[in-house]
Amino acid sequence: MTRAAGRNGFIVSMLVVPVGLYATFVLWPYIQSFYISFFQWSGYTSSKKWIGLQNYRALFHDSTFWISFKHNIVAIVVLCVLTMVLGLFFAAMINVGGRAGKTRIQGVRGAPFFQFVFFLPCVLPIVMVGVLWQFIYDPSTDGLLNRMLSPLGIYGNWLGSTSTAFASMLAVMIWMSVGFYVVIFTAAISRIPAEFIEAAKLDGASGLKIFNRIILPVMWDTAQVGMIYIGIQALDLFALISTMSGNPSGGSGTGGPDNATQVISTYLYSNGFAYGKFGYATAMGVVLLIITLVLAGGLFRLTRRERIEF
Amino acid sequence: VAATGHLEVAKTDGKRTPPASNRADASTAAVVRFVFGGTLWLWSLLVIVPLLFAVLTSLKANNEIFASPLRWPKTLRWNNYARAWTKADIGRYLGNTLFVVGLAVILTLLLSSMVAYILARYSFRGSRIVYYLFILGLVFPLFLAIVPLFFVAKDLHLNNSLIGLALIYAAYSMPFSVFFLTAFFKTLPNELAESASIDGAGHWRTFLQIMLPLARPGLVSVGIFNVLGLWNQYLLPIVLINDDKKFVLTQGLANLAVQERSGSDYGALFAALIISIAPVVAVYVAFHRQVRSGMTAGSLR
Repeated sequence: MTRAAGRNGFIVSMLVVPVGLYATFVLWPYIQSFYISFFQWSGYTSSKKWIGLQNYRALFHDSTFWISFKHNIVAIVVLCVLTMVLGLFFAAMINVGGRAGKTRIQGVRGAPFFQFVFFLPCVLPIVMVGVLWQFIYDPSTDGLLNRMLSPLGIYGNWLGSTSTAFASMLAVMIWMSVGFYVVIFTAAISRIPAEFIEAAKLDGASGLKIFNRIILPVMWDTAQVGMIYIGIQALDLFALISTMSGNPSGGSGTGGPDNATQVISTYLYSNGFAYGKFGYATAMGVVLLIITLVLAGGLFRLTRRERIEF
Repeated sequence: VAATGHLEVAKTDGKRTPPASNRADASTAAVVRFVFGGTLWLWSLLVIVPLLFAVLTSLKANNEIFASPLRWPKTLRWNNYARAWTKADIGRYLGNTLFVVGLAVILTLLLSSMVAYILARYSFRGSRIVYYLFILGLVFPLFLAIVPLFFVAKDLHLNNSLIGLALIYAAYSMPFSVFFLTAFFKTLPNELAESASIDGAGHWRTFLQIMLPLARPGLVSVGIFNVLGLWNQYLLPIVLINDDKKFVLTQGLANLAVQERSGSDYGALFAALIISIAPVVAVYVAFHRQVRSGMTAGSLR
């Protein structure tokens, strides 16, 4: 008995606390959420009323929800394209852009410095970044950005105008996340065997050609993971938008001006915790899950290429 | 799958005579390098200038801030920091954050390494189910759980409690940590554990005294990842904590930003901002390599 029983006892005693904690605070809420989404519920047990698919039907006809949904999609596309392109470009510049010998490639001078600086915004809490940029975007002519652009004759009410608010926030997202992709692409580039690039150089291939024919193809794996990361971020955006568009505890203050920056997460939060429509908010959460799964699956297919292995 | 990238390697020995246009090519290349290199400096400025602006603003009097945003302050107003610390309560929020994040990360490391060790080294019925239940937490959005979680915490009297918040942080940090550490424990050599067991070490001793110390590099990566991630957490505290004595930094600062909009003590607000980001920036400056690899660790597997 002893050995086997000791083994089983060990397994159980190692798992019971972690799995218990995880089940209580993560799994149980997830399970409940599907159920809650079928209720009209303001948070008090007495007011809980089963309404079937009514929340989902209402969601389908809620124009603000569709605006939010559209903003999330725009964010996914814009952030995927711009962050990836910039990240890849900078990573390539930093790692192979240096003055090279005939046969060797080399990073630019100061490569460690660039890596350090580019990644710096990634460690800053998003809320702090939001507060900082809110000041940079100050609408007065004394605001930092307006002041810097005034020689070019550009002035903007960046966060206050419905036409620029969302783009201004996406720009901050890009500012924050490019460094992350520079780092993961750098890791991918460093896995390319040096002989490959040397051989291409010997053949007289230009830098652009090396980038297109060698670096880009081996990046697909990394790009795929990167896009899923960005996609998941683009479906969230809560911390940034709620700090830059007003105070979430102030109720309808989030997502403004005039819903120009409303996304699913901010709308969900307002519905749940400001308007007390818990059932409705949860139904939105379920839709968000479906979008997440579709997105992850879709990106996986879209970017599936033949892998290059060494 | 393995479509090996074939490159036509020149059969000459690399000493081909350079074409006549080589010199022109070289100077074009230099220009291209200069322009491209310039973009690297441009982006660096784009990162540094806003942060510099924040530091300068935190040391200025109100009237100076908008008059000359990027100029060096006439006198360094350190008492902006004093006001942020006491009047705006940033000292308290910093203490709360250190407590919650510290406790949560210790719990996460302990609990996740227990699960990961079992999943990586023991086979038993249901082990794949346990693994996939944790992976599920990686995929499902936090927003799906947030409403029910609020009520679960309330029923357990864990809302408005820093310990409750730490427990919940730990629970939500586990999926990634378990995922990462399971892979890590699988890479550790078997021999040590086997010889320990031959020497009569029990399961617990093998885990605590042999395998856990070996997993240290993995624990460091996961630890860094979680410290930065949880320092950043905003949704959970604003849902679970509404007593302003128990605010963490992110929510305290967001709140302060709204108040100062009307009160307009921008110097103190920026001092508070600098205080809130100083710890993470310090960690990054000291351990930048580990931080970069720790934060991107998930994407490299």
